[in-house]
Amino acid sequence: MKKYLSFFRIRFSNGLQYRAAAWAGVSTQFVWGGMTLLLFRAFYQTGSQAFPMTFPELSSYIWLQQAFLALYMSWYFDNEIFDSIISGNVSYELCRPMDTYTMWFIKNMSVRLSRAVLRCMPILIVAAFLPEPYNISLPVSLSAGLLFLLSMTLGFMLLVAFSMLIYISAFYTLSPMGIRILTISVLEFFTGAIIPLPFFPESLQTLLYLLPFASIQNTPFQIYNGYMKGNEVSAAIMIQAVWLLVLLASGKLLMKQALRKAVVQGG
Amino acid sequence: MIELRSICKTFKVARRNAGFHEAVKALFRREYTLIHALRDVSFTINEGEMVGYIGPNGAGKSSTIKIMSGILTPDSGECIINGRTPWKDRIAHVREIGVVFGQRSQLWWDVPVADSFELIKDIYKVDNASYKKNLSMLTELLDIGEIIRTPARQLSLGQRMRCEIAASLLHNPRILFLDEPTIGLDAVSKIAVRSFIRYINAERKTTVILTTHDMQDIEALTERILLIGRGRILLDGTLSELKRRNSRHKTLSVDFTGSIDRLENGMHLAKYLDGHAEIVVDTDILSVSDAIAHISGQAEISDLSVTGATAEEMVVSLYKEFEI
Repeated sequence: MKKYLSFFRIRFSNGLQYRAAAWAGVSTQFVWGGMTLLLFRAFYQTGSQAFPMTFPELSSYIWLQQAFLALYMSWYFDNEIFDSIISGNVSYELCRPMDTYTMWFIKNMSVRLSRAVLRCMPILIVAAFLPEPYNISLPVSLSAGLLFLLSMTLGFMLLVAFSMLIYISAFYTLSPMGIRILTISVLEFFTGAIIPLPFFPESLQTLLYLLPFASIQNTPFQIYNGYMKGNEVSAAIMIQAVWLLVLLASGKLLMKQALRKAVVQGG
Repeated sequence: MIELRSICKTFKVARRNAGFHEAVKALFRREYTLIHALRDVSFTINEGEMVGYIGPNGAGKSSTIKIMSGILTPDSGECIINGRTPWKDRIAHVREIGVVFGQRSQLWWDVPVADSFELIKDIYKVDNASYKKNLSMLTELLDIGEIIRTPARQLSLGQRMRCEIAASLLHNPRILFLDEPTIGLDAVSKIAVRSFIRYINAERKTTVILTTHDMQDIEALTERILLIGRGRILLDGTLSELKRRNSRHKTLSVDFTGSIDRLENGMHLAKYLDGHAEIVVDTDILSVSDAIAHISGQAEISDLSVTGATAEEMVVSLYKEFEI
C-alpha cells in the first residue's frame, strides 16, 4: 500500500505547484457559475412553478459543480498515460512490481484531487457569501452532509474508473482521439454537467438515473442540496456502489486482457 | 538461473503497397503478414554471467528481452528465470530484475531525479539503510551526485542514461537487462557506463544481459556472446573463440621511407599512401614475421603495428556467414 501512497504523494505535490493555473481556474469557474445562474434566473422569472428544482437548490448545485469541477470534469485525461501506451513506454511501467491498473487509477485521482484542493475553497467561500438565492447554502442536514461526502467519493472514483476504460482502449485503437471525443460528449450530457438531470424530460428520468453517468456528479450534489431525500438517497448511493464495482471489475479485466495481447513495438 | 526453451513469437503486421488506390483497397480487405520474430530460441545463462546479445536490427533481440522481463507473452516455449515464468508471475518476477531500455525513459519527466529514486525505493520496498548505501554508491560511481537534483527533462542524454542505470539498480536486482544502454552516448559517457557495468557484475555478482550494436561495448564487457538472426540463435560462444575463428587475417600498419613495390603471395595491400601502408596478411599462406621481413627488405620501417580483426569486422563476417 505504501508504494501507492508515495505514488499519490509525488503526483499530488507535483499538481500543487501550478498556482497561476489554479487562480485562472478559480476565476473562470466563478464567472461560469455566475453566468449559468443568471441564465437560469431569466427562465425562473417567467414562471418558477414549471421547474423541477427550486432556485436555491439549483444555486447550490451549480456552485458545487464549479468548486469541484476538477474532480468531475469529463474532458481531463492524463496524456502521459496515452503517450506511454502509444509510444511503448508502458513497458517500463510493466517492469514494476505494481498493478498497472491501480497505479494509473491513483495517478488520475491524485492529479484531479490536487487541482480540486487548490480550487474548491475560494469558490465555496465566495459563493457562500453571495446574496440569496444566488449563494450556496449549507447542506440541508448533518446526515445529508455526511452522505454527500460518501457519495462524492463514490462518484469521483466512478468517473476515474470510467476514464480508465478509455485509457485501456488506447491499447487497441492506436489513436484514442475518437473515443475520447465521443466519451466527453456523452459524459457532459448525461452526467448533468450541462443541464442538471431533473430538467430532462420526465420519460427519460428513470433511464437516466439507472445509467452510470447520473451517479457521477448528480447524485452527490442533489443529496447536498436536499433535492434527493430519504429512500431516494440510499437507493442512489446503492446504484453508485454497484456501478463502481462493475466499472472497476471490467476495467481490471480488460486491462489484463490488453496486457496479454499488448505488443510493445520498436526498439 | 535463466533458461529459455524453444521460445517462439509471431507478430501479425498489416501490409499494403503505397498509393491512394491501395489505401482504399485496404479499407475493405487487409493483408496481414506473419513475422516470425523468434523461432525456437533456447539458451541458458548462469548466475553472475555477463552476456552480450547481438544481432542486426529486427533480429529479435528486443523481443527476447521483453519476454524475459515479463512484458511480452510468447506463443509457445518455456522460460524460467529464478524459478518463475516471467509473464505468469510478473509482479514477483520484476521485483528481482532491473531493466534499462536505452530508447525509453523510466524517470518521471517533471520532477527531480532524486524524487523518482525515492518513488522507486517505495515501489520496490527497499529499506532505508540499503537504499542509502546503494544511492551513495551509485551516485559516486556514476558521478550523478549533482545531477539527481535536476528534473529529468533538463538532463543531457548521457546524464539521463547514467540516472536510468542507477534507477534500475536501486533495488539490488539479481538480473540486469540492458537494451542498448550506450545508444547515442558520447565517448566519455560510454566509458563511464561500461566501467560501471563491469563493476557491478564483478562486485555484486549481478547477472547482466546486454544488447547492443556497439561492438566496443561487447569487447569491453562480455566474454560470452549470443548471436541472433532472423529469430534464431545462430551462435553461442565466447568472444575469444570467435576471434580465433576469424584470426586468419592480420593487418599490418606500416610507416616507412622508401617504397614497397613487391608483395609476396598471401599479402594484400589494403591501403597505400606515401609513407604509410596497410597490408593484410593471410596467415595460412605466410607468417606475420615473414611478411615483416619481406617489407623491411624493401623499405625502412619507422613504425609498425599488427592487428587482428576487430569485433566490428567479425560481426560483419558473421552476419555474412549466416546470411542475416
